[in-house]
Amino acid sequence: MKQKRTAGDIVFDTANIIFMLLFCLLCIYPFYYIFVYSFSNPQKADFAVLWPVQPTLENYRTVLNLDGFARASLNSVLRTVIGTTLTVLVSAFFGYLMTKQEMYGRKFIYRLAVFSQYVGAGLIPTYLVMRAYGFYNTFLVYIIPGLISVYFVMLIKTYIESIPPSLEESAKLDGAGIFQCWWSVILPLSIPILATVAVFQSVAHWNAWFDTHIYITDERLWTLQYLLQRFLNTKKEEEMLRRLSGLATNQLRVTPTSKSLKLAVTAVVTIPILFVYPFLQRYFVKGLMLGAVKG
Amino acid sequence: MRSTNPQTQSRGRRKKLNPERLKLTLLALPFLLFTIAFSYVPLFGWGLAFTNYRPGLRFDKLEFVGLKYFLLIGTYWERILNALRNTLVLALISLALFGLPILFAILLNEIRRPFAKKFIQTVVTLPNFVSWVIVYAICFGLFSSNGLLNMVLGELGLITQPTQLMANKNIAWTFMTVLGLWKGLGWSSIIYLAAIAGIDGTLYEAAYVDGANRFHCMWYITVPELMPTALVLFLLQIGNILSVGFEQYLLFANSLTASKLTVIDLLTYNIGLMSQDYSFATAISILRSIVSILLMSIANGMAKRIRGESLI
Repeated sequence: MKQKRTAGDIVFDTANIIFMLLFCLLCIYPFYYIFVYSFSNPQKADFAVLWPVQPTLENYRTVLNLDGFARASLNSVLRTVIGTTLTVLVSAFFGYLMTKQEMYGRKFIYRLAVFSQYVGAGLIPTYLVMRAYGFYNTFLVYIIPGLISVYFVMLIKTYIESIPPSLEESAKLDGAGIFQCWWSVILPLSIPILATVAVFQSVAHWNAWFDTHIYITDERLWTLQYLLQRFLNTKKEEEMLRRLSGLATNQLRVTPTSKSLKLAVTAVVTIPILFVYPFLQRYFVKGLMLGAVKG
Repeated sequence: MRSTNPQTQSRGRRKKLNPERLKLTLLALPFLLFTIAFSYVPLFGWGLAFTNYRPGLRFDKLEFVGLKYFLLIGTYWERILNALRNTLVLALISLALFGLPILFAILLNEIRRPFAKKFIQTVVTLPNFVSWVIVYAICFGLFSSNGLLNMVLGELGLITQPTQLMANKNIAWTFMTVLGLWKGLGWSSIIYLAAIAGIDGTLYEAAYVDGANRFHCMWYITVPELMPTALVLFLLQIGNILSVGFEQYLLFANSLTASKLTVIDLLTYNIGLMSQDYSFATAISILRSIVSILLMSIANGMAKRIRGESLI
């Protein structure tokens, strides 16, 4: 259906596209600026607006050698990979179980889980219970509390219920047990929903810093996001200098400043999201729709 | 798992318990225990609000103090009132801006080229997926006293003193709202964009035949068709008024802006984890939960009345 474009249409379309492009610029430029600044010579970087001034890798070289940086990167990657894998598999299994109408007490278990979504004990009681469970200063605090996401269980259950039961029936007739049915029949068929859940969970893991902030004092367990948060906190400027002390600064051709290092860390922490997001965007949109159908 | 033991079989028959069905329940037991351990056990922590709990105190030394900490709220009324005001103001501002994602979705939908639409959609939703820590870092780069904004304005000779966007309590609410929009506007509009895609195309065709132009279509078809979605999201937002933006304000509140950015959740955090006054913080937490449940049921009741269907 093609309508004839009137003068009003042309004005509107032009204004609209200009507005959209400006908004896009507003969304992209701040990220771009982080890179421009951190690739510039720190002494001249204040005047870098569109491209790096006297480009240098010195900021990044310094950041990668910061005391504890490698460890924090490893922790971030580990919690993202292990946490996401386990949460997806465990939620997928319980989501599958919750489709079993013949289970004794299924309704009770499922309702109790769904209702838990609407009650929150609050920060302090949760904090104290986590400590009582022995999660204080352990890597497990990154993995276990998020191991089963009731929300994911709900999404996966709804999805599995749309799979024709005949597929599972025939596997059962061939003598497959419940684990085998789940692993070789249901799991492969649920890939679309599992992929959606996995991308949401991995972004959540990568971005998390508050759990480190309240449960972890052991520096060896810090994650990248938390390290960045500490660096940004100006009160901890000395800490950053202490972390630099291992490096003989006079060896460097240009001397990084506190700001150039902070923005270089920011760039490193942002890179995975920036480069992975455009490819996974459709999964995020799909996840949003699934959630909306439920709500 | 079929038992060959005749004794268990006969017992199973007497109780009419089917082992296959029971096995399923046993397999689901970890799920039940997990839910209880991480969602319901913490609720018992509410009991702390009625005791003199201190860090390191053994549980058998706990003393029941009744409503002492709830009455303490009266003593600290000024701080709590301030947090309450901040929470409500920030929540009301975001409620007032509720229509922006709708407007944005309608405008984005008017971009006709599919590739351009897809591209814009990807770019504007990106900020939603970086953490608030990164947003804070970006603001530090752009708006601190030696940040980009002050450099540019200074070079142009527009200012003599650096602007202090992040340390100015008079604009703290505006600044936080703008940041929230920057981060969330694109993402919030996606759901409306999907709703627009679901509108029956024949409505538009009929309107064109009747001589409507595209602006008529936007106003008289798209907007009304989006109202059911908008209503649900609006009511959900009312239900969540008290729990917005904790992470954002925790990062951005500094000594200069704290009086404007300390929301209820942040106050609980400060009293509980910073001053380690666990009992008092829990007391505030409990009151907040009660108000929260009230708001949720009001929103739910409104939903039932307006659309004949509850939210949850």
